Amino acid sequence: MGIWSWTTLGWLMVSAGATAWGAVPAGLEVPLSDLSAVGPNGVGNEKAAAAWARVAAAEGAAIPGVLESMDGANDYALNWIRLAVETIAQRELAAGRKLPVPALEKFVADTGHHPRARYQAYELIRRMEAERAEKMLPGLLTDPGNELRRDAVQAVMNRATARVASDKAGAIAGYREALGHAREADQIDEIAKALTGQGETVDLIRVFGWVTKWKMIGPFDNTGGAGWSTEFPPEKALDLGAELDGKKGRVRWVDYETRNEYGLVDFNTPFTSLKEVTGYATTEFWSDRARTAQVRLGCKNGWKVWVNGKLLFARDEYHRAAEMDQYRLPVELKAGKNVLLVKCCQNEQTEDWTKEWEFQLRITDEQGTPILSTR
Amino acid sequence: MKTDFPNLCLRMNPMKTVVSVLGCCLALSLAAADWTQFRGPRGDGVSTETGLPTRLDVGSVSWAIDLPGRGISSPVIVGKRVFVTASSGAKQDRLHVLCYGLEDGALIWERKFWATGRTMTHEKISGATPSPASDGTRIFAIFSSNDCVALDLDGNLLWFRGLGRDYPNASNSLGMSSSLMVVDGVVVAQVENDSESFTAGLEAKTGLNRWKLERPKKANWTSPVPVTGADGRTQVALQSSKGLAVVDPATGQVVWNYGEGASTVPSTAVSGGRLYVPSQGLTVLEAPVAGGEPKQVWRSGQLRPGTASPLVVGDRVYTLNDGGILTCGDAKDGKRLWQLRMKGPFSATPLAAGGHLYCVNEKGLVQVVDPSAPEGAVVSELDLGQAVIGTPSIAAGSLFVRSDGKLWRIGRQSAL
Repeated sequence: MGIWSWTTLGWLMVSAGATAWGAVPAGLEVPLSDLSAVGPNGVGNEKAAAAWARVAAAEGAAIPGVLESMDGANDYALNWIRLAVETIAQRELAAGRKLPVPALEKFVADTGHHPRARYQAYELIRRMEAERAEKMLPGLLTDPGNELRRDAVQAVMNRATARVASDKAGAIAGYREALGHAREADQIDEIAKALTGQGETVDLIRVFGWVTKWKMIGPFDNTGGAGWSTEFPPEKALDLGAELDGKKGRVRWVDYETRNEYGLVDFNTPFTSLKEVTGYATTEFWSDRARTAQVRLGCKNGWKVWVNGKLLFARDEYHRAAEMDQYRLPVELKAGKNVLLVKCCQNEQTEDWTKEWEFQLRITDEQGTPILSTR
Repeated sequence: MKTDFPNLCLRMNPMKTVVSVLGCCLALSLAAADWTQFRGPRGDGVSTETGLPTRLDVGSVSWAIDLPGRGISSPVIVGKRVFVTASSGAKQDRLHVLCYGLEDGALIWERKFWATGRTMTHEKISGATPSPASDGTRIFAIFSSNDCVALDLDGNLLWFRGLGRDYPNASNSLGMSSSLMVVDGVVVAQVENDSESFTAGLEAKTGLNRWKLERPKKANWTSPVPVTGADGRTQVALQSSKGLAVVDPATGQVVWNYGEGASTVPSTAVSGGRLYVPSQGLTVLEAPVAGGEPKQVWRSGQLRPGTASPLVVGDRVYTLNDGGILTCGDAKDGKRLWQLRMKGPFSATPLAAGGHLYCVNEKGLVQVVDPSAPEGAVVSELDLGQAVIGTPSIAAGSLFVRSDGKLWRIGRQSAL
């Protein structure tokens, strides 16, 4: 039995249980399981197309049950199910019928459901009863779902901004509250700018949780981009006391600490502005327990990231663009010491906008809450 | 549109012939109105529509509607419906496919997805940069995140692919913009970038890969272009920094190749069996005979296009640079005939209809050009008041222009 068959079987078992207490609309168990069975490379698409039509034809009362089928769904299936819900809702509203708002509100309140399903439920409430949705926001400030939480934080920000002219202290308090709850980097940045605009100080390094202390070594070669796929000694064995053959002579590890508010780790600083070179940065990251986390990286150079010797991801795109949390790499941290290794390659381009040879990195939970090294 | 259908009808039963003629006329009128992909059904930016307004003023706008998200993709028009893509949200990760009524701009349906691939783009563009395409019964949409979806014309979901998820290094941090092309049951998705670079032929019915062709590892914002092969079947020209590869859409096999490099922004234009490739200025090719090298007809540095793709109308070729210089050349030999300074800057590709050119600059100023004037002449302007980056569409005697926030129909409303 293939993985998708097992997934389907598992889903059927879940849905059978759900049916017992009426969550999955009658007659939609199989079509919903077909939607949940879609996967990478178009797997399950043919079956899902027929199933989708059946689900999308359901009545409005079925929406909470259909949304519930998003629990545990992969990102492909989420879209199939989402569209079915949307289609039902649009048809019901066009016919002048109401959606089951109380049931949807109850659904949003249950944090056990998939965050995206809860957000879609919230969007439907907002479409039907905007004031009711607005009143829900304060209760969502600590929500585990990023989209709900973001809207709740935005509401606090909006109120703070409205108070700036008349009540500066109140506005600052509002921004501080928003900052404490924000989890997405761009929103944190926006709040921090609002606070500094009011003369406040924000410790962005700590708020974002950048990893700031590193040991770096370089330059190694990257002529013609070949260094990106070349295993230089740091990839084979980390010996921080070693002196190694670099691109133009012997090289050794140096200490580096960034004080940049956005955590930029700049290879140009210790090694000068170079082209067609490779550098490495490593650090120890201590966790109080074994846990699932994300390495969040921003980089416009070619790069690879390893944690505890395991390659998380590698990308050979140069000088297109970078932003905070550009890449979110799932990782299993060990209790105690974890070793991070970043490879960062600079290419041959000489334009002003290709000088950067740097990255920024933080470790967060899935939602974006910074996890700081315990040592 | 030239057609020989009356001759076919003569061989049929007279009563059936009447019905058939009516049916054919209806089909042809719908087909004539359809604008099924970036730069139209032939991918050449030339419309057979007549009656587009040439003297524009505010009264030329039939309707204007607000869009729920950003985008520079071209509208697709099929029958009496206008399809538009958009993206919204702080991360531009909500992907919209919208269907509006041709006559009044009323929203008929909206479908919204979550992006599964990376959504980061340059601020000038957004998630909805590539244009969708239609085969007349389905709408296929792709976004910068490489999420690709097929819907029927009523908005029913047929399939979904997360190509950015399936191929996790297939992305461009400045954004992807290659538009879709659909031909003979295959959706051609050009997913070319610095890292995991490929073009895929997806089954229009299921979204499954029919073929996947490895492509040059270089960011590429050009779009596939239909080319008529020697056997009369449609082939697909894929442009890249390396040049041009013409492939069989049924198999993904390269039929012929041009390897002298090409731009990665403006796309090739095809007209009269020739390919006008943005390569070393503008290089005009004829397809090779029996697997040889393509024949270079002419090459001109004076006709180098900017962001906008070249446009060929009859015996004239037009290129528009980013600053706003419209250059007209002789399509026969590339000789420059005249230049016209327009109000730029430009990103959108000019379109041609009814003997005029329609150019929209980045500030949203629509400029109608009469290319028959000795040095070309702008005959009217209409300021839409919003930035327009994407190429408009032409159907039903109208120009359809979209910005990040609005969709306009400029031209007559159909007589119903």
